[in-house]
Amino acid sequence: MGRTRAGASASEAELLTIERPPGDLLSRRLLFVSGKGGVGKTTVAAALAQLAAQRGARVLVCEMDAKGALAAAFDQPPFEFEPRRVPGGADLFGMAMNTEDSLREYMRLFVRVPLVGRIGPLARTFDFVADAAPGVKEILAIGKLCYEVRERHYDLVVVDAEASGHIVSQIDAPRAITELVKVGLIRDQTRWMLELLDDPEVTGLVVVTTPEEMPVNETLELVDKVRAQTEVDVAAVIANRVLPELFDAAQREAFTALQDPAPFELLADAAGPKVQTVLEATRLAVARADVAAGHLALLAERLPAGLAVLQVPELFTRASGRRAVQQVAEHLDDSLGGG
Amino acid sequence: MAALDELLASREMVVVCGSGGVGKTTTAAALGVMAATHLGGKVLVLTVDPARRLANALGLAAFGNTETRIVLDPSARGELWAAMLDTKAGWDDLIRSHAPDATVRDGLLSNPLYENITARFVNSHDYIAMERLQEVHASGRYDLVIVDTPPSRNALDLLDAPGRMADFFASKLLRWITVPYRSRLFTMASKPFYQVADKVLGARFLQDIGELFTLFQKMESGFVARAREVEALLTDPRTTFLVVSTPEAAPVHEARHFAEELHRRHLDLGAVILNRTLPAAMRDRAAAKSAIALAGALDDRAWLRKVARAAGSDAAATAAVLDTVAGGFQDIVVVAKREAERRAELARLAPVVVTAPALDTDVHDLSGLFTLGAHLWR
Repeated sequence: MGRTRAGASASEAELLTIERPPGDLLSRRLLFVSGKGGVGKTTVAAALAQLAAQRGARVLVCEMDAKGALAAAFDQPPFEFEPRRVPGGADLFGMAMNTEDSLREYMRLFVRVPLVGRIGPLARTFDFVADAAPGVKEILAIGKLCYEVRERHYDLVVVDAEASGHIVSQIDAPRAITELVKVGLIRDQTRWMLELLDDPEVTGLVVVTTPEEMPVNETLELVDKVRAQTEVDVAAVIANRVLPELFDAAQREAFTALQDPAPFELLADAAGPKVQTVLEATRLAVARADVAAGHLALLAERLPAGLAVLQVPELFTRASGRRAVQQVAEHLDDSLGGG
Repeated sequence: MAALDELLASREMVVVCGSGGVGKTTTAAALGVMAATHLGGKVLVLTVDPARRLANALGLAAFGNTETRIVLDPSARGELWAAMLDTKAGWDDLIRSHAPDATVRDGLLSNPLYENITARFVNSHDYIAMERLQEVHASGRYDLVIVDTPPSRNALDLLDAPGRMADFFASKLLRWITVPYRSRLFTMASKPFYQVADKVLGARFLQDIGELFTLFQKMESGFVARAREVEALLTDPRTTFLVVSTPEAAPVHEARHFAEELHRRHLDLGAVILNRTLPAAMRDRAAAKSAIALAGALDDRAWLRKVARAAGSDAAATAAVLDTVAGGFQDIVVVAKREAERRAELARLAPVVVTAPALDTDVHDLSGLFTLGAHLWR
């Protein structure tokens, strides 16, 4: 069970890195989607949830910050703590994490304090202590997610999780708590959470990136950090906004040759002198795609062997909302295969 | 419409904000380079987390608050300095300057929960960013300070951080958790709180936190005064905010949200910077017509053969290439229209809107910063 850590024998490590095919991504029950800010993490999380729902699963998709970006991806008003069905036919539900509500629910389910009615304002102040206490907020959030998985309320829970800078403290909260809090109810709760989080059949982390320098670096750092510090399985890396390869080798040569004086004159005769700008735009597009391809190659080379990199092409249509989510879901459907 | 150089010439503190991935850090550094080169004086860029290659190129140490001089061209009129924002070191400095005595200071710095608090406590990164800005400005060491802000879960956390810090020290909660254990049972108002907190976290843990906060409380007056000063700095007429975005829907949405909040709080939004736009030439209408004409010419097979012959290329490859060239530009025209609309939307928010085109490569050295800076400085 779990990822090999330092100390495992080479053969054991090899056995464990013969990963399941990427198609099994959606057969897990809890997927955290992380990545550097601005890479399209929310859209990918929404698309994974939508795809799983379209394939027949009952899916909960959860937004961890209260910005409403996930709900906006489905063209919905902001989600709330209480999951709400996302219109559109499939068995898809959306919620927004809220530590206060999570605490209240936890109290109701596990503590049975006879004060539930009165802890409203106290939960608010509790928020402050939780800020200071290591991992308390995280565990209230992750506890709620694990609870939904354990109770099998859904086939799959997809989490639009924290960005790469914070994700490790989020998914590692139950372990941090067992180390810092020696007694108390929260501590007693961590064992079953860890069992779910550490099982690669159940839980996976999906890292979203774009083919650019900083996102690729952050992805590599995050994958290393997750494997070194947690037992959570990195299930896949999704490269978003991959630019299309415009030309094959012969076409590249033909494109370069077109810019010689003789053929260029023929082009200018037919389309006017501004055809220069039109050619320049293509030159830029080729250069940019080449730089992006270089970053992708580096990513593939440096990632641990066997870790799948799924690609989602740049969508030259509108960049957000339901239509974009649907298009990303279709591309993921193709690259995941199976179903 | 005023330009960015006028804005930077007339302010002393510039806070650069925007959602993640829009090039905030690079923009802040590029503006520092331009201000030091063209406006003169001593300019400091306080940055949060630059790409490693950029940090290396600028000679920045990975950790610590050390201010480092960056060597510019000899013709530069002023000096450029840069420093990384280190939240942990920032907190340590704060504790050292506000602790009333060595016992409190050492008690805090060695408390096992202290490190955790400095990393996450009440928007700690945001508070330290603002704190450092205030400290550097008050020191009088620089003419202009440009601060790159941490990637916040919520852009407004930055504006709220000083107020929340002051509120925390004045809160009932702090008094509750620092009350000695025995006297707790007599405070009716807080009794339910203890019952819940003890059950959930364990009494022992709560006691540990109580001890930490008891030490914190000893610094109340210093901390509150400082937080108020930092808060005042945000509304100071010498401070301005720059909001950075790219032309995509989500960052523009966030930029608008941030601008509205700044207006609501009577804070000064000096400019909006739109990064990674299409180069101006791509918005040329004549070029768009040319692309359509080119697409039309592709139906003329005799002409195509002539072009291929002149280029010395295979006819099929030439046809495919020209089809991609013409079609690709028509896609660009659509993107340009969308960008123009987003730009107009942002122009309604701020007196200055500047754009910088997407560059061919990532910016990771001084010359890259100059290239980006030159676009912003027009």
